[in-house]
Amino acid sequence: MSPKHSKKSDVNPVVTLLYDKTFRSIMYQILVFGGVFFLGWYLVSNTMANLESQNIATGFGFLEREAAFGISESTIEYSPESNYGRALLVGILNTLKVASIGIFLATIFGTIIGIATVSKNWLLRFMGVAYIETFRNIPVLLQLIFWYAVINRGLPGVRQALNPVEGVFLSNRGLYIPVMADNPAWFWVAGGFVLGIIGALILRKWSLKRLEATGHIFPHLSVGLGIVFAVPLLVWLVFGAPMEINAPTLQGFNFRGGARMSPEFTALLLGLTLYTTTYIAEVVRSGIQSVPKGQSEAATSLGLRSSWIMRLIVLPQALRVIIPPLTNQYLNLTKNSSLAVAIGYPDLVSVSNTTMNQTGQAVEGVAIFMTVYLTISLSVSFFMNWYNKRMSLVER
Amino acid sequence: MLKKLTSTSAVAALSLSVLAAGVQAGETVDAVMEQGYVQCGVSTGLAGFSNATGGDWAGIDVDVCRAVAAAMFGDSEAVRYTGLTANQRFTALQSGEVDVLSRNTTWTLTRDTSLGLNFAGVTYYDGQGFMVRKDLGVTSATQLDGAAVCVEPGTTTELNLADYFRAQGMDFEPVVIENTSEVTAAFFAGRCDVYTTDASGLASARNVSAENPSDYVILPEIISKEPLGPAVRHGDDEWLDIVRWSLTALIEAEEFGITSENVDEMRDNSSNPGIQRLLGVTPGLGEALGLDEDWAYNIISQVGNYGEIYQTNVTDLLGLERGLNALWTDGGLMYANPVR
Repeated sequence: MSPKHSKKSDVNPVVTLLYDKTFRSIMYQILVFGGVFFLGWYLVSNTMANLESQNIATGFGFLEREAAFGISESTIEYSPESNYGRALLVGILNTLKVASIGIFLATIFGTIIGIATVSKNWLLRFMGVAYIETFRNIPVLLQLIFWYAVINRGLPGVRQALNPVEGVFLSNRGLYIPVMADNPAWFWVAGGFVLGIIGALILRKWSLKRLEATGHIFPHLSVGLGIVFAVPLLVWLVFGAPMEINAPTLQGFNFRGGARMSPEFTALLLGLTLYTTTYIAEVVRSGIQSVPKGQSEAATSLGLRSSWIMRLIVLPQALRVIIPPLTNQYLNLTKNSSLAVAIGYPDLVSVSNTTMNQTGQAVEGVAIFMTVYLTISLSVSFFMNWYNKRMSLVER
Repeated sequence: MLKKLTSTSAVAALSLSVLAAGVQAGETVDAVMEQGYVQCGVSTGLAGFSNATGGDWAGIDVDVCRAVAAAMFGDSEAVRYTGLTANQRFTALQSGEVDVLSRNTTWTLTRDTSLGLNFAGVTYYDGQGFMVRKDLGVTSATQLDGAAVCVEPGTTTELNLADYFRAQGMDFEPVVIENTSEVTAAFFAGRCDVYTTDASGLASARNVSAENPSDYVILPEIISKEPLGPAVRHGDDEWLDIVRWSLTALIEAEEFGITSENVDEMRDNSSNPGIQRLLGVTPGLGEALGLDEDWAYNIISQVGNYGEIYQTNVTDLLGLERGLNALWTDGGLMYANPVR
């Protein structure tokens, strides 16, 4: 028992420490960190022990072994002789392919439909809302299976393929279109295209500077677009304007040559795009409606053209509201692409599943695809956060 | 449909449950005894092997599980079935979701070793074949260059397919879809030119799933050896013994000519010491397995012998003759190790 009126020196130092705010908060953090660390360590070591007691192979050595299974579509060279690591890479690239094209299309359609739902035209508004409510309320997996069934059963077989335009064939083996035959010129044309984009960006910077300095407006948008297309055209002409075409022809069981969109890819892209479009349309609508009407009225009274009002006044303000939820939708589309496994598109999950099954190394397989999805999602997230910061209100 | 969508998440979840579930050697028998039923992993639907029609599972793989239950509990209905896709099956067994995997699964070295499984024997000697539409006019697998081939992922079939086309110097486009019913649906819809799986599976798809079986032909080439059998987790020898000898008892019964019809008579009247040992008249074998002495009697009276099972599930339903699966005395490969 301590005396009633104790002097400072009489107080037990341990008790003082316990009442010390800084000490306590540090203590809590150490305990939480230690707890999490211990739990993680326990799970890992327990897993290792279990796997070992069941004689299940562990480690990532299997990545070097021959995969020995086929993959139907690939953006890089792949054959059954390739190793598991390459098979997984094919899966990752297939996931990225469908996700990036899906994001691109969903953004365009979403924006158009989003604007339609705030349109003054009754029919346009009704169609937009009807589309959104239909596709948003059906689970995306069912949509994928639906589109796959439509393609498989609705389209004719390969020998009765629809041939709407010369060289274009549509059947339940996919869409085949003619492409330009291999020629070194096309590499340089692509280079010209990139160069054109860089040129257009420089032009834009210059014209904005001139606008601020002199007040003269330069039509950098149309001229820039001209540069983007003119440069590759010029390169093409310089290389002697190669016109040779690689057209698909029916050979044996299937078409050969040309470019192909497989039924699996088409069904997946269609399903993901139509589904995500509805959410993006809603995001765009809410963004536009969040800009006060006074803003466009003020712009009108300043004498700005209506197309400029949208581009220079409404959209930049709407974007601040749009970007964060848009990021969510991009991430959703990417993650939903893993449903590909249901319809046989060889995405990362599908390839990992096969790998896990052939090697028996499920823990490693799941770890790999979780890491990859996390990396893709974080990259999208980082990019969108950067873009959001760039677009946000600059406060002076 | 829903089954398929969960397959990915199931694999993920199952592999995570490996983390926590400490499956230990020798405990499966006790655990099964305590829960009072056998957890049996079967296919999601393959007529002749394991197929749920009208809520009841039937098939040769199902009967193996029923035999194990009959041996352990004297009740062949003490089984709970879990339909597994090819991709889910090993994880389900490894993580303890099922006690025995009886799902037309090929016995291979990798599965026996690095997947941590043990195979208890062979229930069906099979081989991989190809099925095509008759109107394609194909008569041999060597004419399949450039074909689109429907195949289930995570199977030996998928690997043999790639090997075969590689060896023949031919190209193919694999269409890989999980779940047997979905992959056959894609084939019947014309998405693929060829469907490949074990010959029994082809017969099953053609005779049971196809709208018009005569539209399809099974090509003569058999490109692999597929000994199908039940598997258990590695490291539980007592459990492995029970599954192995339940399966052996089915074959041994056929060798002795004991059927579900005459088993009572055989037990009461037979003077053959082998039959007396098998049916528990002479005690000892049941005790050795840690089971009742009438373990084999229960199997045969409730499930039948191997020949009976084969007749109902395979010959009658799929129209396949015994072939390799005849008893060794009839020129087949079915051979029961001595039950003594």
